[in-house]
Amino acid sequence: MTLEVIGISVLWLFLFGYVIVASIDFGAGFFNASTIVTRKHHIVNSVIQRYLSPVWEITNVFLVFFFVGMIGFFPKTAYYFGTVLLVPISISIILLALRGSYYAFGTYGTKGHVGYTLMYGVTGVLIPASLSTALIVSQGGFIRETPTGGIELDFLSLFTSPFAWSIVALSLVSVLFISASFLAYYSSVAEDIEALNLFRRYTWIWSFPTIVTAMGIIIEMKWHNPTHYEGMLSLWWLFALSLVCFIASLWLLKKRHYGRSFIFVVLQFAIAFYAYGVSRYPYLLYPNLTIYDGFTNETMAYALITAFVFGFMLLIPSLYLVFKLFIMNKPYIQKRNS
Amino acid sequence: MESVELSRYLTMLTLSVHVIFATVGVGVPIMITIAHWLGLKRQDEHYLLLAKRWARGYVISVAVGVVTGTAIALQLALLWPRFMEFAGQLVALPLFMETFAFFFEAIFLGIYLYTWNRFKNPKHHFYLLAPVVLGSAMSALFITSVNAFMNVPQGFTLIGGQLTNIQPLVAMFNPAMPTKVAHVLTSAYMTTAFILASIAAYHLLKGNRHEYHRKALALTMKIALIFSIATALVGDLSGKYLAEYQPEKLAAAEWHFETEGEAPLVLYGVLTEKNEVKYAFKIPYALSILVHSNPFGVVTGLNDIPKEYHPPYEIHYFFDIMVTIGIWLTFLSLVYFIALWRNWSFIKTKIFRILLVTSGPLAMIAIEAGWWFTEVGRQPWIMRGFMQTAEGATDSPHVGIMFVAFAVLYLILLIGTAVVLTRMFKKNPVELELEKDSIEQRSVAK
Repeated sequence: MTLEVIGISVLWLFLFGYVIVASIDFGAGFFNASTIVTRKHHIVNSVIQRYLSPVWEITNVFLVFFFVGMIGFFPKTAYYFGTVLLVPISISIILLALRGSYYAFGTYGTKGHVGYTLMYGVTGVLIPASLSTALIVSQGGFIRETPTGGIELDFLSLFTSPFAWSIVALSLVSVLFISASFLAYYSSVAEDIEALNLFRRYTWIWSFPTIVTAMGIIIEMKWHNPTHYEGMLSLWWLFALSLVCFIASLWLLKKRHYGRSFIFVVLQFAIAFYAYGVSRYPYLLYPNLTIYDGFTNETMAYALITAFVFGFMLLIPSLYLVFKLFIMNKPYIQKRNS
Repeated sequence: MESVELSRYLTMLTLSVHVIFATVGVGVPIMITIAHWLGLKRQDEHYLLLAKRWARGYVISVAVGVVTGTAIALQLALLWPRFMEFAGQLVALPLFMETFAFFFEAIFLGIYLYTWNRFKNPKHHFYLLAPVVLGSAMSALFITSVNAFMNVPQGFTLIGGQLTNIQPLVAMFNPAMPTKVAHVLTSAYMTTAFILASIAAYHLLKGNRHEYHRKALALTMKIALIFSIATALVGDLSGKYLAEYQPEKLAAAEWHFETEGEAPLVLYGVLTEKNEVKYAFKIPYALSILVHSNPFGVVTGLNDIPKEYHPPYEIHYFFDIMVTIGIWLTFLSLVYFIALWRNWSFIKTKIFRILLVTSGPLAMIAIEAGWWFTEVGRQPWIMRGFMQTAEGATDSPHVGIMFVAFAVLYLILLIGTAVVLTRMFKKNPVELELEKDSIEQRSVAK
């Protein structure tokens, strides 16, 4: 394995980590807000608060990690993505900022403030949409050259592209699906039957749109980027495996094995995510930038990988502690119900 | 206005907001640790409550610090794509390590906040603060080393636009780093101590005679004195560093035009269009002493530096603001300390307490002025000697509208933080909380 491949694999791992923890977080915020509107808030409130409070900060760090690592391993991406994505990513930052601070204001400051909670829910749904622009643009076809020799984002073709909107739709529904599946599991640990029933229903509701949009995108890719489509076809068995995991997760959900069901949801996304990543190899930004021409110098690559290994030796035990204290800890999760 | 100018202003805006929360973010964990430790050692519920309440307020500032920090992290690539493309190969290591340190801090802060009364041995809960303090100091260290690198780039060779011989550790441990990191840390601890002292003094000024506030004031002022002295000492070392590695910044800060020995230190004053200094205090020999510890030492003047590399002369004012406030606050905390020790009662007068209340905001102004001084002072460079600011900026035409959007965002964040923090503590005063705690303890004792 070359250094470039190690680098992009590490980054892809961070991005996947962010996709999962952020999905749970964004979805939880959305359910928290939407149940205020549907007057079912009292059912889900305690479960969501118990989970979110100690971990909300950690979510954000995954994103910064991915992003800093990206510039570290592939400094050229700073030029391409930085120049092109000024507007969409700035919007994401603003939404993330409002969301993060309103969460803190609502949770630690004025408890139960409806405005803050609604804000938290709405921004949570908009962020995946604005962040997925980065993924869409990296697919190629939305960047044009300026007369002065620079590059810029072609907003018109971006906003009128059905392909782009399909990815936005996929990011939205999969956020709700992943989140509902996790919260169903969490409320089963909490033995909170009412919340469990609600989240189980949400998982069913959001599961089918997720799989339909995902398949739709694979088909659309044929017209949008034939090279990438070929790459995906050659990995068809991985996407098939992902589909099997999807079916397994629903079957386990029906059998009321919520923990195992959630594990299969993660597996489903992990396989599809990695298959998608491998199929676009070696492009970071099609067709301008590959992982080979954007790579950092060798010394820095070794230094980063070393830092990464040591950092992870520190992080994994700490994350395990968080898990033990808050996520797998029955007395903690159940406390407010008793 | 051009994208370069707008990018500079937007970066300045984001950093000026972020530094408020970053300073508090670095400083508060150590204050919580000291209070918590005193509380456990003396079995004093007042100190424990101090730790608890500071931690609670701290969460709000951490939240805003995280989001403004995310903003600046991403804006670096959005506004300065060419700079990051180049420097990314040199400073990726400290940037990467900074996120690790922050991750570490975030995890343990979350655990600390949600585990009051969950450990059988209260000391185990206290130990959770160690990674928080360490993480916050380390992230300050790593990120400051990146900034230091921009001031003194080293650890690579540039041959015909190609980078070779890259040494990440040499880039990280550059000559600017030790003084910069030390100055950032000591001034953050100092500023935080004064801010917390301001709060305690405010309650005393309002006529609250509770023991809790007196203890808080005495503790924070003592810490403030220690770190004010440390900040001043490190500041002196920073001046010596500047003279050696960035003489143009020091010369512009001092309006020092002629290279000469027996150089005076210029305080205040205005500069005419012909570069004559008017209405200024001049302390003879002081600049030479500052730089060389020798009244006759020769200090490089601006006239010996090519005009296109001169930083804006306005940085003199930022330098003055920072130093004046620093000296004033050191003096204030020293007077307080002596008076406390000798039992002089004038520190309980209204006027003195008003001075104490203003100390926190003043310290924060000094922090801002100090950063403006150091950042504006390395213009026209983004990477001194290698890349000018204009070469690093984006050519996107949308920076103006983003500036407006972020300005509105920061306004919302600042107002929100102020409102939430005041409400949080007004609705739940110390007296009420102490009462609640003692009721809980009695029920446990039964």
